[in-house]
Amino acid sequence: MKASLQRLAERAEAEGLLDVAYTNVDSPFGPLLLAATPRGLVRVNLPTYDPEETLEELAAKVSPRVLEAPAKFERARRELDLYFEGKLTEFDLPIDWQLTHGFRGKVQRAVGRIPYGQTRTYTEMARSAGNERAVRAAGTACGHNPIPIVVPCHRVLRSGGGLGGYGGGLPMKEELLKLEGVL
Amino acid sequence: MPPFQTLLDDYATDVMGVLRGAVGRTDAEDCFQETFLAALRAYPKLDNGDNLRGWLLTIAHRKAIDHHRTNGRKPVTMADPPEIPVEDPALSDDGIWTAVGALPPKQRAAVALRYGSDLPHAEIAAALGCSPEAARRSLHEGIKRLRKELA
Repeated sequence: MKASLQRLAERAEAEGLLDVAYTNVDSPFGPLLLAATPRGLVRVNLPTYDPEETLEELAAKVSPRVLEAPAKFERARRELDLYFEGKLTEFDLPIDWQLTHGFRGKVQRAVGRIPYGQTRTYTEMARSAGNERAVRAAGTACGHNPIPIVVPCHRVLRSGGGLGGYGGGLPMKEELLKLEGVL
Repeated sequence: MPPFQTLLDDYATDVMGVLRGAVGRTDAEDCFQETFLAALRAYPKLDNGDNLRGWLLTIAHRKAIDHHRTNGRKPVTMADPPEIPVEDPALSDDGIWTAVGALPPKQRAAVALRYGSDLPHAEIAAALGCSPEAARRSLHEGIKRLRKELA
């Protein structure tokens, strides 16, 4: 049955019917769920959130043609492994930004450009997105980042030096910043 | 609609079972692929998700009928007979499924749905698009014929 299902995923992709592919990958923080459209990585689900709910959300917001297709994620899996080992400083994965819009989208794209091992404040992110006073909205935008880790919202901190928040839990944010040599 | 993968997780085994009953083990794989590709194609426009299992089995049933029609028109090519006698315990019930495969389409589908995937009459009727009474009759006729064939 496994071979039949793999063949089905391949044929679905060849016929343009694989709108959302997903897979589970291991990480030092627990299992991550990765989801991609033909355009690129669209969602990373951190271990703190229920993957079933995330798949349902993808079915509702992107397309119900959601299939498990691990073979499509070899590169993403390899890059994440290297990142967690401290051997990769820049992800080279196509991104599909379709789950982000408006001001939040601008903030999230700006977050995507923060280099490895550096941090920014929520104020700076608000400024990058074109509205310096929208600090709280910038914080919310970071909190709703659909592609954490690859779009490094863990590199955004409070102006006073506090860690701020993190969807994967503050210990995970701390570990990621330690890995990158910031803390 | 739920993510399509949940349909595979929940019903792929049932669909494969029905298809094995209807077209035999060898051709079931092709029909399985055709069934789920057709389902995937139609899925975003499906407006009622109440009986996804019945929906999938209906598609499987149609694919099995298509398969028999296509094969009926094609000249049948035979592989060279194996030189070593094959004793595969997994194929031991092939005799009965061959006989099932030879039944008229409605009877074959009713028997396969009832005994291949253990569906109740009401669901067989839903899958075949007929009344429960007609499904019961097809099943009854099919069984009667099988008894005669295999006696």
